[in-house]
Amino acid sequence: MLAFLIRRIGQSLFVILAMAALVFLGVFFIGNPIDVLLAPDADQAERAEAIVRLGLDKPLWQQFFIFLADLARGDLGTSFVHGTSAVGLIFERLPATMELAFVALVLAVVVGIPLGVIAGLKSEGFAGRSIMTGSIVGFSLPNFWFGIMLILFFAVTLQWLPAGGRGPTGSLFGIELSLLNPAGWPNLLMPALTLAIYKVSLVIRLAYSGTREAMLQDYVRFARAKGLSRRRILGVHVLKNILIPIVTVLGLELGSMIAFAVVTESVFAWPGIGKLLIDSIGRLDRPVIVAYLMIVVALFAVINLVVDILYSVLDPRVRLSDTGN
Amino acid sequence: MSAVLEVHDLKAHFFTRRGVIAAVDGVDFSLERGEVMGLVGESGSGKTVTGLSILGLIDPPGRIVAGSIRLAGQELVGASEEEWRMIRGRKVAMIFQDPMMTLNPVLRIDTQMMEAILAHEAIPQEAARQRCRDALGRVGIPSPNERLSAYPHQFSGGMRQRVAIAIALLNNPELIIADEPTTALDVTIQAQIVAQVQKLAAEMGTAVVWVTHDLAVVSGLADKLAVMYAGRIVEEGPTADVLNRPMHPYTLGLLNSLPVRNPRGRPLNQIPGAAPSLLALPPGCPFAPRCIRAVDICRQVAPAETDAGNARRLRCYNPLPAAEAA
Ligand SMILES: Nc1ncnc2c1ncn2[C@@H]1O[C@H](COP(=O)(O)OP(=O)(O)O)[C@@H](O)[C@H]1O
Ligand code: SF4
Ligand SMILES: [Mg+2]
Repeated sequence: MLAFLIRRIGQSLFVILAMAALVFLGVFFIGNPIDVLLAPDADQAERAEAIVRLGLDKPLWQQFFIFLADLARGDLGTSFVHGTSAVGLIFERLPATMELAFVALVLAVVVGIPLGVIAGLKSEGFAGRSIMTGSIVGFSLPNFWFGIMLILFFAVTLQWLPAGGRGPTGSLFGIELSLLNPAGWPNLLMPALTLAIYKVSLVIRLAYSGTREAMLQDYVRFARAKGLSRRRILGVHVLKNILIPIVTVLGLELGSMIAFAVVTESVFAWPGIGKLLIDSIGRLDRPVIVAYLMIVVALFAVINLVVDILYSVLDPRVRLSDTGN
Repeated sequence: MSAVLEVHDLKAHFFTRRGVIAAVDGVDFSLERGEVMGLVGESGSGKTVTGLSILGLIDPPGRIVAGSIRLAGQELVGASEEEWRMIRGRKVAMIFQDPMMTLNPVLRIDTQMMEAILAHEAIPQEAARQRCRDALGRVGIPSPNERLSAYPHQFSGGMRQRVAIAIALLNNPELIIADEPTTALDVTIQAQIVAQVQKLAAEMGTAVVWVTHDLAVVSGLADKLAVMYAGRIVEEGPTADVLNRPMHPYTLGLLNSLPVRNPRGRPLNQIPGAAPSLLALPPGCPFAPRCIRAVDICRQVAPAETDAGNARRLRCYNPLPAAEAA
């Protein structure tokens, strides 16, 4: 397990380093930061002074190492627009995005797994067919369209829920969360649902095919021959097996939910990192874009690592093959 | 002596889109306490379905359509799901063919053993664990204590089958149905497992139905043999009698296809033709198309079961004369 962890952390660091190089080069090629930073009427002397101050006179590789050193310290510069630390800005907005992703994930699990298992057990029946048809619809609905429909129906027509914005939050260790304040739940509901609809459908399909496959396995038959209750067979024997693919896929989906929350956050004016990214791109706020990319890559690496660990906890065959047993 | 198991005119059919498959179509047999019966026949003859019927494990589109299964006097056909559940694993245990598939790959051995006890008895965890440890020891698994916390993939095929047998023995059942438990194992391990089950069943007075398509496996193990063809038992009797003096042409065919009974160098005598499709059984004796002794009546009316004396039963119009054997 330890060797596995060390190897995986090494791999993650390598991915982050590679991303850093890409981001650095990308920014280098996009254009001269001086043009953005200095007033258009700055003279030659001011330009030269800024170039030295920013280290732009140094060779490329040296600049890269300075960038890496700053990265290691968590310093990715100051937002042109907000005038505050770019990393700080991202972290300020991150809880809103994480919260949305978390609620969507929980919905996917608590709604998707039971529905998928029921559909898998009764695949020929009315319930099974309805659930699977529903999941196909959930799969094919475009995210933004579903969000807009929700707004039209619940916010505009019925006026039950607010159309957008984050609403009141509660604070825990200085982190602002809507979940902690019931008054903020109505604001959270629609964006979370919008983000969840695809994941719920995905989990339904995974749980459905997993259940159908597991029910035909000899181990289920043997479990029945032991006189186990149906509840135990489904809740332990079947569930533990179908969780393996579900955890893997949901882990990857969690990463993409955080990284691509852009659409949902824009539709609902949800102040998360996706919305921040769109705004920053619009205003060419380069430090924020760089900080966003680096933090999202780091998040991806961490999530992947956690998924791998979970995976090996769930599947003993993986665990042992990795410790060289 | 009273019978542990009495199966009478059991019929289990599958109602598929292509038609009704009469997988088990009128099976009768009974077992005394501690008696071992070999249930033999080619693949597809209905042996597994017979075994599963006794545990109430036939799933739709199949079901038991007729007959009676009495276990120690209790009628099981028509029992509720909860009544079946209480029988399974406690009074009747079953071991399956492929030991690589019968244990759940993601659960530890102790979990899979203890749940088999705790499904039927509310006893303390530690007591259940102790019983699992003893059971592993009895089936010849070294250092059972450590092995309890292992996962199935850490065992070889033979060891996994021993674990399955240990699980089957946990609640001291009256009957074990072993469905080709050694088919997937190599010959040495096969012999060890056969010997082990024989010994344990004798010690505990457990009756055994040993299902196999291989007569050689059961010849030294079973007290009696039942030969199955197309969902019916076509010949039954004490093992030695059936092997030495088969009366049904199909039994002779099975015997002649055994390598050990065949003089060196002669090609094996496979029974000509293939097992019939149960969807389109001809009228009359289902074996008739492959039978060298078939007479006119064979193709018209299926032979009824007759008592052939000496505890032997038979379904055949034109049985082999005594001289044909050996
Ligand atoms: N679930 C099922 N659905 C349809 N037919 C089945 C099913 N299970 C078994 N059968 C049929 O029942 C017959 C007997 O099968 P089985 O008892 O498994 O044979 P054996 O164990 O002797 O090889 C076969 O012809 C098979 O096609
Ligand atoms: S009844 Fe006729 S066809 Fe059937 S086994 Fe006997 S002799 Fe052969
Ligand atoms: Mg079989």
